[in-house]
Amino acid sequence: MEYYSEKVMDHFSNPRNVGEIDDADGIGEIGNPICGDMMVFYIKVKNDRIENVKFKTFGCGAAIAVSSVVSEMAIGKTLNEAMELNNDDVAKELDGLPKNKMHCSNLGTNALHRAIENYIMKKKSE
Amino acid sequence: MNNIINKVYFDNQSNTVLDKRVFDVMIPFFNNYFWNSQSIHSLGSFIKKSIEISRQQISCFLNANSSKIIFTSCATESNNLIIKGVANVMKNKGKHVIISKIEHFSILNSLIGLDVTYISVDKYGFVNEDELKKAIRKDTILVSIQYANPEIGVIQDIKKLCSIVKNNDINNSVIFHTDAVSACGMVDINFDDLNIDALTISSSVIHGPVGVAALCLKKNICVMPEINGGSQEYNIRSGTENVPAIIGFGKICELLSDEIEENCYNIKKMRDLLFDEIFEKIKYVYLNGPAKEKRLCCNVNFSIEFIEGESLVLSLDLNDIIVSTGSSCANKSLKISHVLDAINVNTTLAQGSIVFSLSKFNTIKEINYTLDILPIIVKKLRDASPLYSYFVKNCKRKN
Repeated sequence: MEYYSEKVMDHFSNPRNVGEIDDADGIGEIGNPICGDMMVFYIKVKNDRIENVKFKTFGCGAAIAVSSVVSEMAIGKTLNEAMELNNDDVAKELDGLPKNKMHCSNLGTNALHRAIENYIMKKKSE
Repeated sequence: MNNIINKVYFDNQSNTVLDKRVFDVMIPFFNNYFWNSQSIHSLGSFIKKSIEISRQQISCFLNANSSKIIFTSCATESNNLIIKGVANVMKNKGKHVIISKIEHFSILNSLIGLDVTYISVDKYGFVNEDELKKAIRKDTILVSIQYANPEIGVIQDIKKLCSIVKNNDINNSVIFHTDAVSACGMVDINFDDLNIDALTISSSVIHGPVGVAALCLKKNICVMPEINGGSQEYNIRSGTENVPAIIGFGKICELLSDEIEENCYNIKKMRDLLFDEIFEKIKYVYLNGPAKEKRLCCNVNFSIEFIEGESLVLSLDLNDIIVSTGSSCANKSLKISHVLDAINVNTTLAQGSIVFSLSKFNTIKEINYTLDILPIIVKKLRDASPLYSYFVKNCKRKN
């Protein structure tokens, strides 16, 4: 499979952190099936640090690999650090993505950021 | 390399493996018989005669007795040649062209500067006959409708569609062309009986070599050449011929004349097993295109709900099974396939479409292996799909 890097294929074939968190502190959803990609991220937060991440993704190989690597990158980071993660970081971590798949890396970080924002909103309303 | 060769290959509408019997007759034309057909010496004449034998083999296979076979480099060139060549010759009559919405890109993208009517198809992919009849105008110069579609397998009634055009063409000058690339080798094509004017076929999807295709033209049809030069191919397509490929193309057509029935019988048996068992083994699967009897015997196209086609193709590839998809993620334009769009497949479902194109070289063993692997892959992808978990939890689909 010349099209994707070995790292993308590794994350696609053995995605890390697939699943849901029933008592998630924040949930972020992005995309829609009509466009071909949809991601839902679940996070657990302890002392402003991301303790656990799970995700479910409907999408292409890149979308699944991006979700997997974003989940790995986010675990252990502070909320501020996680908010700073961007699509370039993700593409770099995956040893690059094809040009027409770069939007998938945006989706991954956006879904994570939405989960964090959801957590902050919930916190505020408590 | 062994890993590549040993894959289970179900993408035979893209390209097919070369039949060894064909390769054998091509070999001397690579290394010994290198002469130019245009040379007047005996060696040149030998090449010229060899090319004419290929032409006859193809005419005979297509039952195109009152026509000329023009060799081109690929089906895209043949399709461009008929559209642009007719448009050029008939520019004083008009520039109106009629095509279906599910044509190949080599038709769709070669219509610049022409006035085009796109005929819609029904949910199975059959061309709307009333629309076709009404679309014919005084300035119509060409109608081009694909014989069979490689993606959804629909086979058009070309004889009927051609008669609709001819019966409603008051000037008796509209040219009817069919792109028969996908039908060739799977459908018994009878050019003369169809009463059409032009037809495109390609060698590389019928187990012939790549690098050669043909435009079959009724003798009285004129087209303006796209490539000018030494007047080869009835002065319609100049250029030194790709002789080894032409020899191979002729040979595969000769073989197909005898073997098409047996090939189709065997391919259909494998296809039907795949067809029936997939619906048996996997839930929430939907057929794209017509029922078994009305589609190419080598084709299955279905949508597997809650998952996306490119990830399905990749997962099957990792298990050495090669297929294709009409999902937007697998498309350079990031849009779903125009064929699935034309038959009104729900966009979410179109994302999970998968196409199997079988050939005579597939085996029942390969089909059974695929039937074992596919449900495992579908389960894994559905387990990671938010659409599927929503459906399981809420017993309804997420909008």
